[in-house]
Amino acid sequence: MIKAILIFNNHGKPRLIRFYEYFAEDVQQQIIRETFHLVSKRDDNVCNFLEGGSLIGGSDYKLIYRHYATLYFVFCVDSSESELGILDLIQVFVETLDKCFENVCELDLIFHMDKVHFILQEVVMGGMVLETNMNEIVGQVELQNRMEKSEGGFSAAPARAVSAVKNMNLPEMPRNINIGDINIKVPSLSPF
Amino acid sequence: MSDVVEKTLSALPSLLSLDSQAGAGKLSPSSKLGNLIKGITELTSKHEEEKLIKKELASIKEQVASPNTTMRQMKEIMVRAIYCEMLGYQASFSYIHAIKLAQQGSVLEKRVGYLAVSLFLNETDEFLLLLVNTVLKDLQSTNLIEVCMALTVVSQMFPKDMIPAILPVVEEKLTHPKEIIRRKAVLALYKFYLIAPNQVQHIHSKFRKALCDKDPGVMTASLHIYLQLIKENPESYKDLTGSMVTILRQVVGGKLPLDFNYHSVPAPWLQIQLLRILAYLGKEDQGTSEVMYDVLEESLRRAEMNHNITYAILFECVKTIYTVHPKSQLLEKAAECIGNFVLSPKINLKYLGLKALTYVVQQDANLALPHQMTIIECLDHSDVIIKRETLELLFRITNAQNVTVIVEKMLEFLRLTCDDYSTIDLVGKVAELAEKYAPDNVWFIQTMNSVFSLGGDVMQPDIPNNFLRLLAEGVDNVEDRQLRLFAVDSYMSLLQGETAKLPQRFLQVISWVLGEYSYLREEDSDPGSVMRLLARLLDQRHTSTETRSWVLGAMTKLCSSPVSVALARDVCERYSGSLNTVLRQRAQELMILSQDTKLRARVLPAEGRQESLEVDSSLSFLDGYVSEALAAGAAPYKSPHQRQEDLVQEKALSLEPYGLSLPVSLSSCSITDRLTERRSPTLLSMSSGLSGISTELSHQEGRPRLVSRCYFSSPTLKLDGVKRVWGKDGYLAQQQSAGETPTPLVELPSPLLSPQSPPSQTQKPSSGPEPDQEKRQLASSLFVGLGSHNSVCLMGQAEPVPRHFRRKPRGESSSGASEGSSDSSHSSRSAAVDNLLLSNLLESTTVASEGGAATTTTPQQTSQRTLDHTTSNGSPHVEGTEQRVEAGGPLSLIRGNGMVAVVPPTYTQTDPQTQQDLHQAPALERPRDLPLTSHLPAELSGLARSEFTPLCSDQDSSLALSACRVYKEDALVLLIFISNNTDSALHQMALQLTCKELEISCISGSPLKEVKGHSVTVCLHTVVMKRASVQVELAGLLSYQRPLGQPQAAQFSLSLSLKHFLRPLTVSTGDYGKMWLSFSHDLKQNLRLVTTEHQEPLTATLDALKGKLHLHIVDIIGSEGIVACRLLQGPGQGQPCLLHCRVHADSLAVWLRSPVPDLPDSLLYHCQKALTET
Repeated sequence: MIKAILIFNNHGKPRLIRFYEYFAEDVQQQIIRETFHLVSKRDDNVCNFLEGGSLIGGSDYKLIYRHYATLYFVFCVDSSESELGILDLIQVFVETLDKCFENVCELDLIFHMDKVHFILQEVVMGGMVLETNMNEIVGQVELQNRMEKSEGGFSAAPARAVSAVKNMNLPEMPRNINIGDINIKVPSLSPF
Repeated sequence: MSDVVEKTLSALPSLLSLDSQAGAGKLSPSSKLGNLIKGITELTSKHEEEKLIKKELASIKEQVASPNTTMRQMKEIMVRAIYCEMLGYQASFSYIHAIKLAQQGSVLEKRVGYLAVSLFLNETDEFLLLLVNTVLKDLQSTNLIEVCMALTVVSQMFPKDMIPAILPVVEEKLTHPKEIIRRKAVLALYKFYLIAPNQVQHIHSKFRKALCDKDPGVMTASLHIYLQLIKENPESYKDLTGSMVTILRQVVGGKLPLDFNYHSVPAPWLQIQLLRILAYLGKEDQGTSEVMYDVLEESLRRAEMNHNITYAILFECVKTIYTVHPKSQLLEKAAECIGNFVLSPKINLKYLGLKALTYVVQQDANLALPHQMTIIECLDHSDVIIKRETLELLFRITNAQNVTVIVEKMLEFLRLTCDDYSTIDLVGKVAELAEKYAPDNVWFIQTMNSVFSLGGDVMQPDIPNNFLRLLAEGVDNVEDRQLRLFAVDSYMSLLQGETAKLPQRFLQVISWVLGEYSYLREEDSDPGSVMRLLARLLDQRHTSTETRSWVLGAMTKLCSSPVSVALARDVCERYSGSLNTVLRQRAQELMILSQDTKLRARVLPAEGRQESLEVDSSLSFLDGYVSEALAAGAAPYKSPHQRQEDLVQEKALSLEPYGLSLPVSLSSCSITDRLTERRSPTLLSMSSGLSGISTELSHQEGRPRLVSRCYFSSPTLKLDGVKRVWGKDGYLAQQQSAGETPTPLVELPSPLLSPQSPPSQTQKPSSGPEPDQEKRQLASSLFVGLGSHNSVCLMGQAEPVPRHFRRKPRGESSSGASEGSSDSSHSSRSAAVDNLLLSNLLESTTVASEGGAATTTTPQQTSQRTLDHTTSNGSPHVEGTEQRVEAGGPLSLIRGNGMVAVVPPTYTQTDPQTQQDLHQAPALERPRDLPLTSHLPAELSGLARSEFTPLCSDQDSSLALSACRVYKEDALVLLIFISNNTDSALHQMALQLTCKELEISCISGSPLKEVKGHSVTVCLHTVVMKRASVQVELAGLLSYQRPLGQPQAAQFSLSLSLKHFLRPLTVSTGDYGKMWLSFSHDLKQNLRLVTTEHQEPLTATLDALKGKLHLHIVDIIGSEGIVACRLLQGPGQGQPCLLHCRVHADSLAVWLRSPVPDLPDSLLYHCQKALTET
């Protein structure tokens, strides 16, 4: 079972929080903080698994995380999940996000929190892995989006805004910052 | 980075306004979210954020309350509310609106509504009830998306009680034409199974259908269910092995459509799932394991591509191979795989490799040998996770020879870590190792000192408790004195230094030890020195109150010399005015003691310390006082939890039916035997009449304090004497057995220079960089004792941890070997290992008999035990060693031929006698049972009995075993029927039953020796449970020989559940009341009520329980009922368990009490099961 999925940025700001087991609101926030504290301390060249901690229930639980540019994707799972399997599931999820948002970046996650949730629902359902095939997931999401379009285009507006930001050559942008950095570069499956 | 975001965001408003022109005014809500996010990003402090969100929430609140807000706006508002909740701010006012949105919105709005609901609420929230109808409607909708949404929300959280309302509709979805719906329905049902397993009992056949679904996706989803089901109960799903193997073979062989490939690996997650299922199925089951060998091999072979996900499959494959019944070929390949993992430069793989290694060294410690250098490198790895995993691995391969090095490494890690979790974990491990393998006293005390200083106050409380017990335990010989004296010396020097940094727990241990044992050094030092050190400790500011009371306790024990008395008076004066009642009490007591010389002489006799003393823990001397007080109208004593219960439930639990007999109950002596089972400290401190001591405190302070209390409270308490009493199970009467008497200590040479290291250690693996000398040396000291000729005492799960400080440097290796082998030969894991152990055992037998070294469990003893078993089973002619060879021989034979398969035996009886029986038998009996019924011994035939359970039979059903339980009043009689269906007789029969939790004794009249052709022999055993447990597995081995044939053996197992050992306990209501008060272990739980048409729910439920679990219903009064039963334990004995049941709303509140710790828990489990079955 997956117990929780947390996405937060390099500063520990939550971007998507999904618990599959009930925790009180303040406990949730504490879990997020502690997880961030644990994960952010770790270099990029160490392993992607963290064990134990008193966070979500002791020694049976593991944190499996990946770090993409500005975001941490953390899955909290129990011993019935395969570590490497989950690691690749995170990759699948991020690749799916990339496909759905065309070059996904942190902003997409902020402005389309609901959409990200809907995509996640197609990957993990109630703590169980539902689908691991990216095309299937995208297919399901698109099926729902088609209906969205037929209902009227207002919710597409922020998407337009974000892509406008992305494609714009903002003169006031400091030169030394590469705009591409916003994107969660999805590596073509790095060697871990 | 955040700069970039901020900059981008600052550009947003203009963009949004641009957009708003295009979007024709629809954008106002979106820009609100934009504004909110922008606002938050710009903030610098948490305080400002809070202010902003508060404002935002206020505006949301206003909007949702307004009647003019459309559903569409509501949808956007919900997203904002979700955002606020995510940041940790409560938006509880919006929950009801989220539900409204889900109920009334169009599809898209509904989707957001459902999302918000699933994020905001939890399963127990009452709001969810409002959603049930909506979910039901959506489940029946023709719109696929609506159905999907409903299924998703149901699987996320759904009120348990409402499952029946939607279950039929969800079930229906299993046959839906759309694959995605079927898949989601399967997962939703799985979720139901997890939260309410009994609700979905009836649809197991539908799960099977899902497993056979034509769409692989649905099949994959159903594996979630099967993984769980098989994990819980592998026996019932053995028939699925074939299907699982077939599925895996097809997946591995690439038979699935190409969409299922992930980086050209066919359905990797599916493979992982299947491998896990196979591991559960094949665990300790040779027959099943053999079915899967081929496919496991193929998986290993196919997974040799170089991608992350293939490693995941490989890892799972390796784990499965090591879990199922071993096959040497596969084990070799798996070991190679582990090697690749460990050696991999990729850190994740290294981690998993170490994990796998940790898992497999429990079976074969030698597997760690080839990786010594890698392990050493991992010890210095920059990643703490890797380091910790390595230490875990080392922990598993620790033996008496490498313990010092490994413990040193662990302490090194502990000094650097600041993470509580690893500290607690590691400190426990170090303490365990130190206790188990300590080479000498000095090392032991020093290690424990480090443990206490590093573990500080976070460590498990049983570490100091065990340590103190260890010091106190044992006969008072020279060696124990040495250990104690060394501890005292070491603590004296610690106290002379800086004490500010020592954790409180450590100080408490120090004060206790000094109080108890500093007399050991009295001859050669100033008697006041200890007292002065303690007084200094007392005065330091960082010493906590709890520690101070320990110190005062120690001082009380020490104030015998004039110097100490003067010091004590001084201390008393200061603390007798303390605000803390405990301290004040202590100080007063010390004061009285210091003033009264006679009293002192009586309670602190100079020579009396070594005597074993006894406490009248039942406090019977108080009975008079108590009954007097009760007669005068005092309230009867209530235990703390009882009082709490009364507070919680306003309608206090009515104890009326048995309350009447209370005054008698306390003075009656029936209570006294029960009380000895109790945890004494609470009791003593509560009832010894000392005021002002909260129970909580005495809990915290733990058991050691008791001793000191007993010392000085003797004027009030009639103490026959004092004994060390802080054992977990009450009084520690059991001394170390004579066989374990510590032998005089011989210092072990330091492992670094140990000449014992086998030659194989010096041959390093050729791969890898040239290791420097230091590492080589470390390796040889770490891995000493691991070698093909040196069996190792494995720790961890496999072996119950002995809590004894073992000192047995003499004959180390031989005793180690015999221990290892006797342990593992029970579990009989691998053919290779078995054979190895077998030869080892024989070898060590000879070694031991030559050397004549009598160690804890010498091989002779082991063989003696085996011999005992066989003789008790009626085969007195078999010799010990011969017997083992016999047992070993056929085992491997069977492994080769796959002879023992669990197939229901077919009874092809041709005996005319039984034919006749068949006609005479009552119609109710199942015909299959019949042939065996006639073999029931006459004295048992009238008693209640179970059906005949087939145990095993060999291939051609020439030999069949079956079992039957007969429920005698005072015992459970287990009958094993051995049916020989061939013409030839069986000889050299020996039946051996083993189970740790059971006490089994053979009561067969005639010794079992041979079984003639076409006849049946019965073996009778009486079985009782040593400790209450829900279910136990009994392992049996029948060895026999056919004429002209090889010796053979048949293995079988039989599970016995607690309910077979329960008998009704007939007591009167009054006795029940007495017993109730005297039992200390209790448990409460709500159970389901059974409803029938013509009975009260309570009566119906109790009757159901009575019928299934052999309980005795003592009385039913109104909505309450009391029930009693006993657990069989030896002839004429039984452990009672009382149940108090009460109807509360729609459930039955059950309160169980018993003098034995595990009984209430196990019984409750069976009650639950019994009720769900009806």
